[in-house]
Amino acid sequence: MKKAEESRGAGERGGEGFEPRIVGFLCRWCAYAGADLAGTSRIKYPPNVMPIRVMCSGRVDPVFVIKALMEGADGVLIAGCHPGDCHYRGGNYIARKRFLAMQRLLDYLGIDPKRVRLEWISASEGTRYAETVADFTSQIRKLGPISLKVVG
Amino acid sequence: MPTDRIGVYVCHCGTNIAGTVDVKALAENASRLPGVAASRDYKYMCSNPGQDLIRKDIPELGLTRVVVAACSPLMHETTFRRACQEAGLNPFLFQMVNIREQCSWVVEEKEAATEKAKALTEAAVRRVALHEPLEARSVPVNPNTLVVGGGIAGIEACLKIADSGRRVYLVEKEPSIGGRMAQFDKTFPTLDCAACILTPKMVSVGQHENIELLSYAEVEEVSGHVGNFKVKVRKKARYVDEETCTGCGRCQEVCPKKVPSEFDLGLGVRKAIYTPFPQAVPNIPVMDRENCLYFITGGRACRICEKDCTAGAIDFKQEDRVLELEVGAIIIATGYDLFDCRRAKEYGYGVLENVLTSLEFERLCHAGGPTGGKILLKDGREPSSVAILHCIGSRDQNYNQYCSRVCCMYSMKFAHLVREKVPGARVYELYIDLRAFGKGYEEFYKRVLSEDVVFIRGRAAEVTTFAETPEEEGKLIVKCEDTLLGVPRRIPVDMVILSPAMEPRRDNEAMARIFSLGRSADGFFLERHPKLAPVSTASDGIMVAGACQGPKDIPDSVAQGAAAAAEALSMIDRGAFQIEPLTSVIDEEICSGCRICYELCPSSAIELDEKMRVCRVVEALCKGCGICAAACPSGAARQNGFDDRQILAEVQVVASAGGGVGRA
Repeated sequence: MKKAEESRGAGERGGEGFEPRIVGFLCRWCAYAGADLAGTSRIKYPPNVMPIRVMCSGRVDPVFVIKALMEGADGVLIAGCHPGDCHYRGGNYIARKRFLAMQRLLDYLGIDPKRVRLEWISASEGTRYAETVADFTSQIRKLGPISLKVVG
Repeated sequence: MPTDRIGVYVCHCGTNIAGTVDVKALAENASRLPGVAASRDYKYMCSNPGQDLIRKDIPELGLTRVVVAACSPLMHETTFRRACQEAGLNPFLFQMVNIREQCSWVVEEKEAATEKAKALTEAAVRRVALHEPLEARSVPVNPNTLVVGGGIAGIEACLKIADSGRRVYLVEKEPSIGGRMAQFDKTFPTLDCAACILTPKMVSVGQHENIELLSYAEVEEVSGHVGNFKVKVRKKARYVDEETCTGCGRCQEVCPKKVPSEFDLGLGVRKAIYTPFPQAVPNIPVMDRENCLYFITGGRACRICEKDCTAGAIDFKQEDRVLELEVGAIIIATGYDLFDCRRAKEYGYGVLENVLTSLEFERLCHAGGPTGGKILLKDGREPSSVAILHCIGSRDQNYNQYCSRVCCMYSMKFAHLVREKVPGARVYELYIDLRAFGKGYEEFYKRVLSEDVVFIRGRAAEVTTFAETPEEEGKLIVKCEDTLLGVPRRIPVDMVILSPAMEPRRDNEAMARIFSLGRSADGFFLERHPKLAPVSTASDGIMVAGACQGPKDIPDSVAQGAAAAAEALSMIDRGAFQIEPLTSVIDEEICSGCRICYELCPSSAIELDEKMRVCRVVEALCKGCGICAAACPSGAARQNGFDDRQILAEVQVVASAGGGVGRA
């Protein structure tokens, strides 16, 4: 953890050439398939979001999000099925509840809650996935590199 | 883990990946990762020689884990898992990296794409090191099939399955099956009468002992998974009892209320109680609540049909019924809608008289149509000249880029029919390119060419009534550029037929959600692979057939219907389907019995052991969402294949400096 902090001085990654690192948790049924569709449709979008496939957005443990930010990610995207469309009936609602609680936790920790975003993207919304990635990347770019002061 | 021997295989996918990702550098980079014993790149990993690399390396190099960086796991994960298994490696000691759909195809710069691919591959290598061998679960497959949509594709699928002795439910939104084909007059290139070849099939569906036809019904909800879907179907109230109605048609004769007929596209009339066309299957009328005098007056008036029905089948009190079906496979064959020609205002559709769509013209030609098969103008005269305008709303940047495929052929069929039915009439075909691609199609084109039809190469620019010369008075004037002569032309005609694009059904988006289907950029349902899996979809057990997947003619729709039936039957006959063993497990040593997972589980797959004060996963019920694993405060609940440690290994790589991107 200490090491991470050292290699992550804001000065080193800040400035004009700043390329945000974003971890994306994509549910296998909707968002991941939507991201695939963006590919088959050859829609270009920024390379900054690194997809990690999970079976359901409800699988995303807040620990994953915090860990990602601690390991150096400047933002975290969680994307699942639209309300009512969850493959498992309601996993996305659980994701939403967790997300709302997490937003308060991030605020409490002094991390801008805007660094974590929850989106609903269906398997047929390749364009929406690409737009979400582009928009979130530029938002994180504005927020700048994350700088966590690790205590202890 | 020093004992690990990981094999990494990077696919070029021709130039699909290698064009944007430096595959050599990627493989070289992977070779230096801990535990990697072999790292190779190959032109097509999914090909047999590609898979052979894996199958040979596993025994020869003693590989214990395998990573393939190629296309989406939704495409080829099973392919490579099988390759591992064939070489004696547990198929779950494998991880796939998506460097095509989510990397090479979407990242513009080669350097950035390579960096992203490196990070994703490293994440997979770190993750696979933590994989545990798992055994695939086999679930029994319900032998019944649901077919959605009773057009020619759906009918074909139904009959194929039913003839094999399996049960089929056919859900059709309209009061009758038959679909678009029932509206057509003749079919190209053979000029078979559409009804003559379709009606016998419709009757077979209606009478088949293995087919349960649910007409005037819609699918509302689908749950479950391959082999065991639960489907909610709303059967709309017909206000006619299907059991007692004899189909005599008396009610339609006596009903006093006339309404424009949807089946005839408003060119003819029907009654408020009606069957869409005389050959309807089932031959049971539907009462149109919006127009029925009984319903309009709140039950105070009319009831004439009820009084005249000798079978006593009229039931004003009937209500919608929601049926629950259990099926193993689902075939979607919901067809297409036509481009709304009002959007292309320059052609005057909906404003100028005698500007028709192709489907309206089909009804005009049809012996059972509003004119009894006579081609007539609005004023009852026969047209002395007709222009047929191709590519309305298709091959057009403003609307749809794609070619609608069938319009060239049916337009030429129209030309032939006009020449046949109205001797001496002049017919003009205004086309961009003529596409006569099917069996017997080019020959048909040659035939129509010899029938004195005028072919003009040029997209029509406008249809107007502003006459410039006395000959143009009272005519529709089609303005275009004849691109072969290089001159602008004005062609005065009596009738204009527009050939609109076949478009996705307006409710495709809602349907895609209900069935978890993908849609391609044009809005049609997305097949699993455009060439090799044309009727499968990303959702196991759900197939697509016909024009809901893209513009198609009748032969192709029939072929897809049969193909989808074969897919369903091969699964049903196997009797079982392998599903991923991604279930959760709860470590009873750690579980404190707090019941958080119990409350959250959407599949009710967690049971309580009151005595031991622990929770337990019922594997047969667990669908593998992993919600419990995310919620468990003590880490007792874990998800096979998506273990915390495995996911965190990926997080660590992609989030930290190893993530490559952004280290410019």
